[in-house]
Amino acid sequence: MSLIEGISYQLLQSLLMVLLAPLMLGWVNQCRAWLQNKSGAGLLQPYRVLRKLFHKDVVLAHNASVLFRATPYIRFGCMWLAAGIVPVLATDLPFSPAADVIALVGIFSLSRMFLALAAMDIGTAFGGLGARREMMVSFLAEPALLMVFFTASLISHSTSLTTIVQTLAHAKFVIYPSLAFAAAAFLMILLAENARVPVDNPATHLELTMMHEAMILEYSGRHLALVEWASAIKLLIYITIGIALFLPFGIAEAGEWSALPLAFGALLVKLLLAGSGLALLETLSAKMRIFLVPEFLGTAFLLAVLGLLMHFLLES
Amino acid sequence: MPITLSGQLINLLAALLLLIAFAMITQRRILSLVNLFALQGLVLGMSTLVVAYSTGQHHLYFSAVLTLAIKVVLLPWILHRLMRKLNVQWDVETLINIPSTLLVGIALVIFAFNLASPISHLAGTILRSTLGIALASVLLSFLMMITRRKAIPQVIGFLAMENGLFFAATSATYGMPMVVELGIALDVLVGMFIFGIFFFQIRERFDSLDLRHMEKLKDD
Amino acid sequence: MGMHFLQPLNLVAGVILFWMALGLFGLLLQRRPRLITGLLFPAGAAGGVFLLLIGGYAMGDSSQTMVLGFGLPDLPFHLRLDSLSCFFLALLGSVAAGISWFASGYFRTMQGSALGLLCLQYHVFLASMGLVMLADDAYLFMVAWETMALSSYFLVTTDHHLPEVHKAGFLYLLIAHIGAIAILLSFGVMQGGHSDYTFGALREAHLTGFWASVAFLLALFGFGAKAGMLPLHVWLPDAHPAAPSPVSALMSGVMLKTAIYGILRVTFDLLGTPLLWWGALVLALGLVSALFGVMFAAVQTDMKRLLAYSSIENIGVIFVGVGLTIIFHSDGKGLLAALALTATLYHSINHAFFKGLLFLGTGAVLHATGERNLGRLGGLIHRMPWVAALSLVGALAIAGLPPLNGFVSEWLMLQAFLLSPGLSQPYLNMLVPVAAAALVLATALSAYVMVKFYGVIFLGQPRAENIRQAHDAGWWERLGLGWLALGCIALGLMPVAVILQLDSVTHALIGQDLGTAAKSGWLFLTPVAAQRASYSPVFFLTVILVVVLISFLAVRLFYTGRLKRGPAWDCGYPAQTARMQDTAEGFGQPIRHIFGPVFRTQVELPDADDLKPKYRVIVQDRFWHLIYLPIARSVEYSSRQIGKLQQGRIHVYLLYSFLTLIALLLLIR
Repeated sequence: MSLIEGISYQLLQSLLMVLLAPLMLGWVNQCRAWLQNKSGAGLLQPYRVLRKLFHKDVVLAHNASVLFRATPYIRFGCMWLAAGIVPVLATDLPFSPAADVIALVGIFSLSRMFLALAAMDIGTAFGGLGARREMMVSFLAEPALLMVFFTASLISHSTSLTTIVQTLAHAKFVIYPSLAFAAAAFLMILLAENARVPVDNPATHLELTMMHEAMILEYSGRHLALVEWASAIKLLIYITIGIALFLPFGIAEAGEWSALPLAFGALLVKLLLAGSGLALLETLSAKMRIFLVPEFLGTAFLLAVLGLLMHFLLES
Repeated sequence: MPITLSGQLINLLAALLLLIAFAMITQRRILSLVNLFALQGLVLGMSTLVVAYSTGQHHLYFSAVLTLAIKVVLLPWILHRLMRKLNVQWDVETLINIPSTLLVGIALVIFAFNLASPISHLAGTILRSTLGIALASVLLSFLMMITRRKAIPQVIGFLAMENGLFFAATSATYGMPMVVELGIALDVLVGMFIFGIFFFQIRERFDSLDLRHMEKLKDD
Repeated sequence: MGMHFLQPLNLVAGVILFWMALGLFGLLLQRRPRLITGLLFPAGAAGGVFLLLIGGYAMGDSSQTMVLGFGLPDLPFHLRLDSLSCFFLALLGSVAAGISWFASGYFRTMQGSALGLLCLQYHVFLASMGLVMLADDAYLFMVAWETMALSSYFLVTTDHHLPEVHKAGFLYLLIAHIGAIAILLSFGVMQGGHSDYTFGALREAHLTGFWASVAFLLALFGFGAKAGMLPLHVWLPDAHPAAPSPVSALMSGVMLKTAIYGILRVTFDLLGTPLLWWGALVLALGLVSALFGVMFAAVQTDMKRLLAYSSIENIGVIFVGVGLTIIFHSDGKGLLAALALTATLYHSINHAFFKGLLFLGTGAVLHATGERNLGRLGGLIHRMPWVAALSLVGALAIAGLPPLNGFVSEWLMLQAFLLSPGLSQPYLNMLVPVAAAALVLATALSAYVMVKFYGVIFLGQPRAENIRQAHDAGWWERLGLGWLALGCIALGLMPVAVILQLDSVTHALIGQDLGTAAKSGWLFLTPVAAQRASYSPVFFLTVILVVVLISFLAVRLFYTGRLKRGPAWDCGYPAQTARMQDTAEGFGQPIRHIFGPVFRTQVELPDADDLKPKYRVIVQDRFWHLIYLPIARSVEYSSRQIGKLQQGRIHVYLLYSFLTLIALLLLIR
C-alpha cells in the first residue's frame, strides 16, 4: 500500500465518521421516538440543530476564560483523532500506530477533563455539579473500559487496535467466553460514557438529574455546536469500537479497495442494528438514582475484570 | 492446544453459568432471582446436552432432560407460586453492599480456579478447564446464601449451589451414575416442598420472612 | 593531570561542593538579602542544570570510583558514579534548577538571618541529596542520609512559631529516624560478618535467602518510611504543607526519590538476586498506597495536603513498578523486567517534574492570596494567568493524560502488566492483571483529584474577597514554573530519546535493556514490538492541533454570528453568588460516599431551624488511630512505668549505677 493511498483511506474514514456521526444520533433518536409511539423529528434533525447553532450568536458569561472558549475546539480535535484510530471500514490505517487502545482511552479522558474544567470555569452551581458527576462516572468507567480492552489485548497479544481487530476478524472462528463478559461490561460503559439513559438522560434539563447537560449549560452558539457534534462523534466511536471488538466480521484490510463496498455494507447494517438496539435499551430502562450509578459502573468494572479472569480460566 | 467447537461451546456455557451466578449476587429483586435461577438451569441443561452429543454418553441426554424439566420448569413454577402466595416479590436486603460482595466473589473465583487446576489436570475430559468454574459457582451460591436476609433467596442460593455441583460432576467425570442423579433430583424436590412448608410456618410465626427474626428464638 | 579533573565524578562532586559553598555564603551575606535571592539561588539553579548535563552525559559511561582521604577516623569515604546515580543526579539537578529559580523570587520578601539560615539549609539539603546518590559505602550514605533528614527538618520548621508546624516537624523527624535505624540495620545485615561496609564489599557478601530477605525487609521499611509508603505515610501530609512551597516541591519531587534510589540500589545492586515474593510484597504495598493516597487526596480541603496525598499515590505507583520489576526479574523475564524498570524510572522523573511544578504553583497562589484553604480560593485564572497556564500543564500531566509525560509512564507500566501472563507462577499471572485494574483505578481517580484541584483554585468565581487583589507571580517564579512545565512537555513528547538514555540504567541494574523501543524511529515508541503496541505523542499532538486550527479557522470563515458577553445562564436562576459554587468538600463527597469505609469521617450537621447553620466534615486517617495512637499510648505508658525509677535522691541513683556495674561484670565474666 502506498503512502498516498493509506492517507486517502485514512482521510476518507475520518471524514465519514465526523460527517455521519449526527446521522447516527438522528437514527437513535428516531428509533426512540418510534418505540415511544411518537413520529420523531427525522433522521436529519441533528444536522438542523448544528446548522442553527452555528448561525447563532455566542453569549459568553462575563467571567469566561480562555479555557472555556478553547475547550470545544480541543474536544472536537480529540474526537477527530479518535475517529481516525478506530478501524471502522479497514484495518491497518496510517494513523493507527500513533495510539493504541490505552492511548485511545487517554484521548477520551483528555477531552473529558477539559470539558469538566470548562464546566467549572464560569463558577455556577450547575457547572460544578455536572463536572463532579461526570468525573465520578468516568473514574469508574475508564478503568472498566481499559479492562475490556485488556481482555481483547490478552487474546490478540497486542494493544494495537489494528492487530486486535485482525486477530478477531480474520483468524479462525473461535468462541471467546471472556469477550462475552467484556461485551456486557462495554455496553454498560457505553451507556455511562455517552450520557445515555440509565445513567444520564440526554433529553432533560431537569436540574437534579443532569450530568452531561449540566456541564455544557453555559455553552451557546458555535461553541455548543462543536460540543454537541463532538458528543455525537463520541457516541459513534464507541459504537464502532464495540463493533470492532465484538462483531468485527467483514472489515477490509487497508488498501483493499475492492473489499470496501462489502465492508461498508456490513458496517451499515451493524450500525443500524446497534442504533436501534441502543434506542430499545434506553426505552426499556429507567434513569437510576445518582448513587446507584457507582454500583452500576462498579458492576461493569467487575464484569470486565471477570472477563479478564475468564480468559485465564478457559482460554489459556 | 486447539479446542474443538463443542469444547468452545461448553466453555461459553460455563462462562454464562458463572455470569448468572454473579448476576444472582447483584440482583435485588426476588422475582428476577427466580428467573435467573431458571436461566441457569437452562444453561446447565444445554451444556449437558452438548457434552452428551460430543462424547456420545447417552445417559447424559436423560439427565439433561431431567435438568430442564425440574430446574427450568418445575422449581421456578413452584417458587413463583410460593412468592405469589406469600406476597414477597420485591426487594431483597443484602447484609453487605453489592460491590463488596462482588469483590469477594472475584477473590473466590481466583481461589476456586487455583484449587481446581491440579484436579482438572488429572481429569481427562474435554471439560477440564470448566471444573474451576463449577467450583466457583458453588462457592458464589454459598456466598449469596450468606449475604441474604430473606428466606426465599437463601433457598434459591441452595438450589443454585446444587446446579454448580451438578456441573462439576459433568465436567469432571461426565456425570454421576443415574441412580445418584435421580436421587438428588428427588431430594431437591422434596427439599423444596419442605422449604415451602417452612416458609408458611415462619411467616405465621413472625409475620415476615426476614430471617433476622429467627434470632428471637434463642431468647425463648 | 589537568584532564583528569574533568571526569564526571569530579564534576558532580564539584557541584555538591559548590552548593555547600553557596549555603555558607548565604549565612555570611545575611545582611544583603538582595544578593542571596538574586544571586545565590540562581547560581544554585545553574549548578542544577550543570548536574543535569553531567548526569545525562555520563549515564552511558562505565562507573567511576573515588576514595576521599578524609571522613571518619580510619574510614575513608568512598564515592562512586554509575548510571543509576547518574539518572537520579540528573533528576535532582533538573528539578532543583526549576525550584531554585522559583525560590529566588519566592523568598525575596524574607529578611535578615532567617533568609541566611534558609539559604544554608536549602543548599545543604540539595548537596546532601546529591551525596546520597554518590555514596559508595554505608558510612557516607548514612551521614548524607541523616544530613538530608536534618536539613529538611529545619526547612520544614521554618515557621517554627506555629504549633502545627512544630508538631509536623517532630513527627517527620521521628519517622525519618526510625527509618534511618532500619536502613542502618539493613546495612549491618548485608555486610554478613566481614565488617567491611563499602558497597563493593556488600555486593560480594552473597547472603543466603533468609538473611537477604531480612536485609531487604529492613531496607524496605527504612526507605518506605522516607518515601511515604503505607503505613509509614503519616508524616507526609503534615510535613509537606508545613514547609515553604519550594521546600515542599523539593521534598516531594526529589527527596522521596532518594528512597526509590535506595530501594533500587539495595535490591538490584547490593543484594543482587531478588526473590519473587519481595516483588509481590512491594507490588501489594504500592497498590494499597496508590489507592489510599488518591482517595485521601480527593477529600482534602487544603491544597498542599491534597498534593501531599497525591505524592503518596505516585510513590505507590512507583513501588508498583519496582514490584513488577522484581517479579519479572526473579522469574527470568529479562525484557519485561527492563520494561517495568523503565516505567518505574520514567515515573520517578515524571513525578519529580509535575509534582514540583504543582507545589510551586500552590506556592505562587499562597504568596498572592495568603490562602491554602481551597474553600477560600477560586477564579485565579483571571488574576494569575501565568501560574494558571503553567499549573494546567502540571495538572494534566499528573492526571496521566496524553501527550504529556504522566501518560508515558502509565502506558509503559500497563504494557508491562499486560505481558505478565508469561509468568510461570499460576496464581501470580492471574493476580497481576487484576492488580493492573487497581492501578488504572488509581490513575483515573487522580484525574478526578486534579479536576478538583485545578477547578477549585483557578476556575470559577473567587470564594473570598481578599483574593480579588491577587497578583501574578514574578519573572523568577515564572522561569521556575516554566522550566518544570517544559520538562513535563518534553518528557511527554520525546519518550524514545529518554528511554534510550534509561537503557544504560536498566542494563546496569538487571542486565537487560529496552533497545527495541526505538526500532521504529524516534517518532514511535514501541517497547516490545511495533505489532504489539505503539504510541506516538508527537503525531498525537500534531493531529489534535491541526484539527483545532482547521476547525477554528473554518468556524471563523463561515460563521456569521457574533460573540456577546452576558451574565451566566445557569438555568435562569437569578442572584448567583460565588458561595453557590461547588466547594472542595462538595467535590470530594462522591468519593467519601463510594469509598466510605476507607475514611474515618465525622459529620456535624445543623438542625433544620438553626439560624446560623454550621456544617462540618472531618475526614481522618484510620491508620493514625489503628497503629500510631496505640503505639504512642504504649510508649507513654511504659515511660511512665520507667519514670517510677526516678526517686530524686542521689543515693538511689548511685545504687542503680552500682547494680548495673555488678550486672555487667557478671555478664562479661
